[in-house]
Formats: sequence, C-alpha cells, structure tokens
Amino acid sequence: MLNLLWLIPALPFLGFLLLAVFGGRMNKTGVAFLGVGSVGISALLTILIGIDFISSPPDGYSFNQTLWVWMNIAGFKPGIAFHLDSLSLIFTFAISFVGFLIHIYSAEFMIDDEGYSRFFAYMNLFVALMITLVLADNFLLLYLGWEGVGLCSYLLIGFWYKEPANVYAANKAFIVTRIGDTSMAIGLFLLVLHFNTLDIQNILQSVSTQWVRGSSLAVLTAFLLLGGALGKSAQLPLQTWLPDAMAGPSPVSALIHAATMVTAGVYLIARTHTLFDFAPIAQNAVATIGALTLLIAGFSALTQTDIKKVLAYSTISQIGYMFLALGVGAWALGIFHFMIHAFFKALLFLAAGAVINALHHEHNMFKMGGLRKELPVVYWTFLIASASLAAFPLITAGFYSKDEIIWYSWASNIGSPWLWLISLIGAFITSVYTFRMVFAIFFGEQKTPVSQKPGKRIKITLIVLAALSVLGGFVELPETMGGFAPFTHFLHHTLPAVALRSEESGIELLFQIITAVLTLAGIYLAYQFYFKNVKFTERFKQTGLSKFLFSGCGFDWLYDRAFMYPAIFFARINRNDFIDNIYTFITWLSTALNGMLIKTQTGRIRWYATVITMGAVITLTIVLVS
Amino acid sequence: MILAWLIIIMMIGGLLAWLAGKWNVLMCRWIALITLIIDFIIIIAIWVSNPGNIEISQKPEWLIEFTTSWIPQFGIDFHLALDGLNLILVSLTIFLGIISVITSWTEITEHAGFFHFNILWILAGITGVFLSLDLFLFYFFWEVMLIPMYFLIGIWGHENRVYAAFKFLIFTQASGLLMFLSILALYFIHGKATGVYTFDYLQLLGTSLSTSESFILMCGFLIAFLVKLPAVPFHPWLPDAHTEAPTAGSVILAGLLLKTGAYGILRYALPLFPQSAIAVSPYAMVFGAIGILYGAKLAFAQTDFKRLVAYTSVSHMGFILLGTFAGNALALQGVVVQMLAHGISTGALFVIAGSIQERIHTRDMTQMGGLWQEVPGMAGAGLLFSLASLGLPGLGNFVAEFLILAGSYQVSIGLTIFAASGLIASTLYSLMIMQKVFYGKKKKVWNIKDLGVREMIMMGAMIVVIVWLGVFPQTFLNTARSSVNNILQHFTSRNTKVETGSVDKNNLFQKINFINMIDEKRSNSMILTGHEKIILRREH
Repeated sequence: MLNLLWLIPALPFLGFLLLAVFGGRMNKTGVAFLGVGSVGISALLTILIGIDFISSPPDGYSFNQTLWVWMNIAGFKPGIAFHLDSLSLIFTFAISFVGFLIHIYSAEFMIDDEGYSRFFAYMNLFVALMITLVLADNFLLLYLGWEGVGLCSYLLIGFWYKEPANVYAANKAFIVTRIGDTSMAIGLFLLVLHFNTLDIQNILQSVSTQWVRGSSLAVLTAFLLLGGALGKSAQLPLQTWLPDAMAGPSPVSALIHAATMVTAGVYLIARTHTLFDFAPIAQNAVATIGALTLLIAGFSALTQTDIKKVLAYSTISQIGYMFLALGVGAWALGIFHFMIHAFFKALLFLAAGAVINALHHEHNMFKMGGLRKELPVVYWTFLIASASLAAFPLITAGFYSKDEIIWYSWASNIGSPWLWLISLIGAFITSVYTFRMVFAIFFGEQKTPVSQKPGKRIKITLIVLAALSVLGGFVELPETMGGFAPFTHFLHHTLPAVALRSEESGIELLFQIITAVLTLAGIYLAYQFYFKNVKFTERFKQTGLSKFLFSGCGFDWLYDRAFMYPAIFFARINRNDFIDNIYTFITWLSTALNGMLIKTQTGRIRWYATVITMGAVITLTIVLVS
Repeated sequence: MILAWLIIIMMIGGLLAWLAGKWNVLMCRWIALITLIIDFIIIIAIWVSNPGNIEISQKPEWLIEFTTSWIPQFGIDFHLALDGLNLILVSLTIFLGIISVITSWTEITEHAGFFHFNILWILAGITGVFLSLDLFLFYFFWEVMLIPMYFLIGIWGHENRVYAAFKFLIFTQASGLLMFLSILALYFIHGKATGVYTFDYLQLLGTSLSTSESFILMCGFLIAFLVKLPAVPFHPWLPDAHTEAPTAGSVILAGLLLKTGAYGILRYALPLFPQSAIAVSPYAMVFGAIGILYGAKLAFAQTDFKRLVAYTSVSHMGFILLGTFAGNALALQGVVVQMLAHGISTGALFVIAGSIQERIHTRDMTQMGGLWQEVPGMAGAGLLFSLASLGLPGLGNFVAEFLILAGSYQVSIGLTIFAASGLIASTLYSLMIMQKVFYGKKKKVWNIKDLGVREMIMMGAMIVVIVWLGVFPQTFLNTARSSVNNILQHFTSRNTKVETGSVDKNNLFQKINFINMIDEKRSNSMILTGHEKIILRREH
C-alpha cells in the first residue's frame, strides 16, 4: 500500500494535465468529474495509506520512496523522492481531504464561470504541488512545491484577470512571497555548501552531530529558512499580501489562503525543528513574530467590513498562534492547530462564499444581516466554525487546539509571561471579531435580498467540515481533562515533546478557566457593541485608530513608500540605458573627426601650400628645440 | 566526416532554398525545413548512439573527430570534433533552426529564398563555431555567421533595422578583430617556440606564455566573447538587434549567437589561458552579477515586448558569466543547462512576441491587454515561458539558476546573495509581461486568431524541451559531464601551477593526455585519423 504513495500527488497532477490540454473542449460535467475525481481518489488513497502506516508502521516510523534522481553532480544528488512520516502524513491528509471537500463545493460554486476548466486545472495543480511540498524528502523538491503553490496562488488570485485590481493583487502576492523564497533559496545554497546534500533527514542528522548549539551558522541558516516561512505564511513583516489575496474566488481563499498553502511555513519550521532547536535565537524570533502577528492581525480584523478580509486577517492571526506554538517548542500543538484551523477556517470561507453568492456578490457584512432564517444551513455551520475559531470552551475543536498553545506559551521552558499575555489578549480579540461577524451577517434585519440559495454539494461540504470543526478536537485533550492525546503521541514519532518548566505543571486548570472566561467575555462584548449598542461602534469607526487598523496597521502605506515607489522611480530613470550613450558618443566623435578632416580638403592650392609651410615650420621648431 | 556533412548539408540547403525561392516561395520553406530535419535526425542519432553516461576522464575526449588538411602552408586544418558540450549545443542549434524556419512561415514573404539562404548559412556558421578545433577555422565560421545575420536584420527587420544591423556588425566585428589578433599572436608565439606553425587547438593548448602575454592574448579572446555573450557593459548592441530583427532572427540571436560567446569562453578563453582566466575570474563574476540585475532592471522598464525580452537575455547571460567563472562542477553544469534553457525560453518568448506582432501589428505592451480571452493558447504558452524566465522549479531555467548560484555561493557568498536578488527582479518583469499583455481589460476590439496547428506544434515542442530540462536535467548533465570535468581541470590545477610556476608542466600534461587518448583509441581498435598519426609520430 505504501508503495502507492507517489500516486497521491501524481493523480491531481494528471488531472491538471488533462484539464490543461483538453479542458477547453470538455463539458462542465466532465471537467467537474475529472477535477473533483482526481483529488477524491487522492484523498481516499491518503486515508488508506494512513491506515496502513498506522496499523503496521515501517521501520523508523518513516517510509521513503525515490522515483528518479533529479540531478547528480559531483555527489550532490537530490531526487524526486518522497518521505512519509507522521508529520507529512497529517499534512497530506489535511490537504487532500479538505482539498477534496473544497473541490466538491467548487463544482457547484463555480458552475456559471466561463473559466470552469481553467479553475479546476489550477486547483488540481495546487493540490499536487502542495502534497509534493509536504512529502518531499529533500529541500530542492520541497522548494519546487513551495514555488509551485506560490504560482497556483498567483494564478488563482488573478483568476478573474479582466479586473486589473485582481491582477495587481496576484502580482503582489507572488512578489512578496518571492522575497521570502529568495531568502530560503540562499539558505539552501548554504546547506549545499556545508553538507553537499539537500536531503532533509540527512541534514537534520548532520546538524545535530556536527554543528554547535547556538552557533552563528545554525542561527543564520534558521533565519534564512524562516524568511521563506514568513513570506508564505504571511507573518510579520511579509503579511501584507494575504488580505489582498482575497480577490480570488472564495474556494481559493478557503483552500490556499486559509487551510493549506499559508501553513507551509508552519510545516517548514516543524520539519526542520532540529535546526531551530539548535538556533535558540531563531526559535525565539519565531515565537515573538507569531505573537506580534497574532495581535496586530487580530486588531486589524476587528475593523474590517469586508467579510473575506476579516477572515484573511483572522487567518494571519491564527497562523501567528501556530508560529507561537512552534516558537515555544510545542511542535505538535502547532500542527494540531494547523489541522483544526484547516477545518474551521475552510468552512468559514466556504460559508462566506455561499453568503456572498446569495447576496449578489455583496462583500460588506454590514449590508448583510438577518440571514439566519433564509440560509439555515449556512448559518449553523458558520456559527459552529465561528465558535471553533473563537475557541468556545469544551465543545469546539478550536478550544482544544488554541487553549493548549496559550498554556504552553507560559509553561514551556522557553515560554514567557509576555507571550502568554499576548496570546490571551489575542484570544479575546478573536472572539470579539468572530462574533461581530456572526451578529452582523445573521442577526438583525435583512438588508439585501437573497437571490440564490446554496445547493446540495455546497451544503454537504459545509456540514462535513462543521462536524470536523467540533469532533476534530477530541483527539487531543489537555492533561486536566484526562490527557487523552493520540494526535500528539502519533506526532511525537517525528517531533519532540514540549519541555515544561517543572514548577508550573499544577496550575493548568486555572489558566484554562481564565482563557475560557475571556473568550465568553469577548462574545458578550461583540453582542453588546455590534448588536445592541451600535452607536458606539459607529463613532469608533470615525477615529484615526480605527482607520489605522483598517489599513492593516499602515504596512502597505509604509512599503509603498519604502520599496514600491523607489523601485518604480528606479525603473523609470535610465530607461534607455546610459551605457548606450558611451557608444553613441564614440560614434559621434568619429563622425566629428571625420567632418573636421573633410574640411581640410578644400581643393585650393594656396591653402595646401600654407598648411605645408606651417607644418614644416612647426616640425623644424620641434626638432631644433629638442 | 559526418560532422562536416552537418555543415555542408545546411550550406547546400541554403543555396537550394535561394534558387527555389525564385520560382516558388513555398518550396524554399520546405527545402529549408527538410534540410534542418535531416541534420536534426543525424545529430540526435549521434546523441542516442552515444548514451549519455560517458565515463569521467581527465583528458579531452571526442565522440567523433574529423580532420582534413585545408591550407597546409599555414598549418590550417579543417578539424572538427564533437564532445558532450558541443553535441548539446549543436542539437540546440538545429532545433532552434527548425523553430525559426517554422515561425517565419507566414511572416516572411519578401525575398523568401534569400531569407532562408541566410538562415541556413547562419546556422551552418554557428554549427561550425561549435565544432571547430582549429582556431583559423573557428574564426572563419565566426565570420560566416555574422554576415548573413547582418542581412537578416538589415533586410527583414522592423522600423529601425539599418541602424540595428550596423550596430550589431560593428560591435561583433570590432571585437572579433581583437580575437583574430590574439589568434595570430598565439600562432606565432607557438610557432617560434616549437617550430611547428599550426592553428590546431589541441597543439596550441599547451603553448608556454609569459604572464603578460597570456593576459593580453586572453583579453583579445575574452572581449570578443563578452561582447557576444553579452556582458555589461558590452551589451548595447543586443537590445537593438533583438528588437529590430525579424522573429527568426531574434530567436537565433538570443538562442544561439549569444551561446557562441559562452561556448567560446568555455572552449577557448579558459583552457588556452587558464592562469589569466582564473586571475580575472573574480572580476568576471562581479560583472556577471551586475549583468543579472542591470539587465533585469532595464527589462522591467521597457514597454516594447521584444525589447523587454531582449534585456532579459542580458540578465540571464549574467548567470552564465557568473557560473562560468565560479569554476566548480555545480556552477559549470548549471551553465550548460542555462545555455539550453535560455535558448528555449527566450526563443519561445520571441516567437510569442512575433506572433502577437504579426496579428496586431505592434510590440507596444501599453496597447495590449486582455489578450487571454482572444488567444488563450498563446497566453498559456506565454505564461509558461514567463514562468520559465522567472526560474520556476520544474522548468529548465530553475535547474540552471539554482546550480549556478549554489556553485557560486561556494566561491563568493556576498556576490551570490547580490545575484540571487535577481530572482526577485526576474519575478517583476516576468509578471509584468503577463499583466500588460494577457491580463487586464481589452483596450481595443481585437479580431485575431489563436495559435494555428503550425504554431501549436512549434510551441508544444519547446514546452516539452523546457519541461524535460526542468524535470530530467540529468540527460543533459550526463552528456556534458566529461567536457565539464575537462574544463574544471583548469581550475583545480591552478594551485599546483602557480606554486611551481612551471608552464611547461602544463604543456607536457596536455601532450601526455593526448597520447593516452590515442593509445586508448588504438587499443579500442579504432581507426586513427591521418592527423592523429602525424602527432603520434612526432610525440614518440
């Protein structure tokens, strides 16, 4: 069974190829069948392989499969090769399974679009490359997937390419992430120089045996890789592209910009955890960046009016939590939050898409309202996902994943009260902006009539994801609730367990209660300010602070002035290449000299005689004087 | 002899096409196409019959060699030889030759016969440059490829063609003259020292030169090659020539002519003057890195589609310069792949620019926009080759750029980081192509057709090659390996040479290698050429 591993990425890739070549000539049913089917089989295979892997684990709890040697130069020999272990299995499962659900949804959602086959071609390509990224056994193949998913993100953000703003957003996403990618590429050059290989397991092995913990080399390498992770996962300071990326269709936002691609950075850091462990400064940076990002993005989410932008900032913020978890050494919990987040955030985007479609492409939540009755399935599933995002205590999966991260940001041996405090504030804000959304969309009076109700395929997707957003949490219970944690046990085959500060272990329950109370308080606050007492929020909207937060804390403003305008200015000057002028000058000089010499040829004997005499005099003078 | 036939077939085909063009335009196109297909079959047959895994050896090793006396009074031989490196490049030459004939099928209607004569003679010249092992012959072919190219730009070019053609000719001729002077100097120095006056590459390889002699002579060669490459600041001929040339001319210029510069450095400048070449290598690498960024910057500032693509060539050839002088296996193999990948990807972009111009009669990108709806097939191809150009993994350019940068990182970290920022710059201009040409709103009502069958086949072939390069580069790496190792030898043996200060040792080394090779050939019961026999007799 494990030998079929290569089929998991290969099938969606085949789907892409067929759609790219023949898609234009197929009818929509055929396109949907091919596009959804390829990912569906891939998801099924993942589950079967997962069962096989867990029931009869291979030696060393990992499985390698090499398809062919990519290049082989003087011992440097990266292959097209896959590495399956507990970490990559979980990612593959989340990608293929959530991807499959989103494909089902898209089959209905995109049905009226003229680019139907193009859409599924891109989506299939994305799934193939994302799975390649997480299964890659060497950094070069990982980088292929890494750049490839960036490409798909670009293509799908700019899917409606006739609108220049969408193309602009797509370019922005590609360029900003590419800046991070270049940093990562330099990191790879460094690894090639030191180890002459890019095999991930080999490198991690060598790092732990040959490098010194905390050495500048380890720190530098970790930071270079971190640069790539920051770009892809939209963390400070490279987060600005994600809110604009919402220009793409909603299923794209769900799959790429919420569930999978943006968490590639989390995967990369978890995959290279040994390296980050050897570079404590870099690991601290991961935690700090995560904490700052979750706070800043959370505040920005609070002021957005576009439903998708709220979700975009929320995604940035939640990935901040994952980074925080990785940064304090709670590797497995970062991954757990990734999985749960994939469920509920995909659901939120898909439900938002259903709402937007129902209201004739209305994105502003304050023009929605009262949809509770009109769209009951969407309402209930959205509510469940929101509760999960806000970490509603005990019953939602988000509670189990996020609560643990908040706890470990204090209790881990590299945690700190500051990180804990920030993550706690973040949790509070999360529940405020989440329920602000819920109240604005589904409660109150209806402001826009519903023009189109979701069909069967959309509803099924929403319900399955809602179930996962609740049940997904019960595979990982905290110590205080029995500590039933098969998820982390499984992951601990790959990732080390979190090390606690010894004296802190008794007070976990207290911390959980604080968090839970704050979450509930946040929901109440949202109810007060965005449902009952709207006047105050109207006034807040006029303040400078609100505008500052609305603009994503001015990062775009700053980057425009610091990078974009100078770049455009720099491109404009010297457009015609001054070096050319040097050669033009040589040409001019030759012509000018030529013209001067021509003038001496006057044809008058008297002139020639004068010049000859003068020349003779000058020559004689020189001879005599010297 | 088969090597000579490769060139002769093209020359004869060119003459026939010229004659046929006087009666029937279509016939001259078919003659040109069939000529090139015959050559392509030959070269691929040679490639396939010499499976890639050539054993790593420390001596020059030729798959096929052909020598016949040409002008014996001056020691000039008609000496051609094929190894992995030029096998790859000759294949690329003929492949892109086929592409340029197909792409001109409807574009060129005036003097079609003479046009195809010029195309085939350029290709013959380029093939000759790649195959020559006699310096005089090399220079002869170097000129053969220039004159028809001058006509190609000057007759079938666009608005500003005469200026561009002159500029091209003067740049390459002036620099070529320097090279010719160096060749002559080398000829006389070698003749005086050994008494054997010859232009033969293998014999000249070990010429003992003083440091200053070696440096001056190398500069003659290097400048010619850097102008051809082109390296900043010798590049201003390129944007004009590429922009004004007809599509076929741009494809050949970017895909092939630039590669003769790179090939010249690898085959002549480095092996003939290893110490001097190594001495200038840090500077050459700096100019390579500058070229990467400067070319990208200028590309980003353009509004003329072809001019933009032309400047991307400056940027991509910067990688070649950087990698060549980094002097390790990673970088040099990257250079080989880059030569191919750049040839295909830039060639394809020129074909796309040309077919757009054929349809809407402008190259100005500010007038385009929204073409995806009109020509989805062409847009898809444009997307793929723009992505190749920005170095997307899975396509050939990525393999090349990754290897070159990974190799140069081992020599200079700072320079590599500087050059790696070119990856961001290439993203900017590549996405700009997509944004301005294919995406956005339609600016006019176009009434144009998507790629026809002929163009589809052409694009399809180029897509297959660029993907193959990206996914199975090992095919090419294996073929080029022994050649690359030979070049590397000059880098690795530098320390010993500098320490002992003995140039004769190097000379001796080369001779021993050659004798070994012939001995091996004999032991493999292969037939020696007359030329080899002479050398063998002299050495023993």
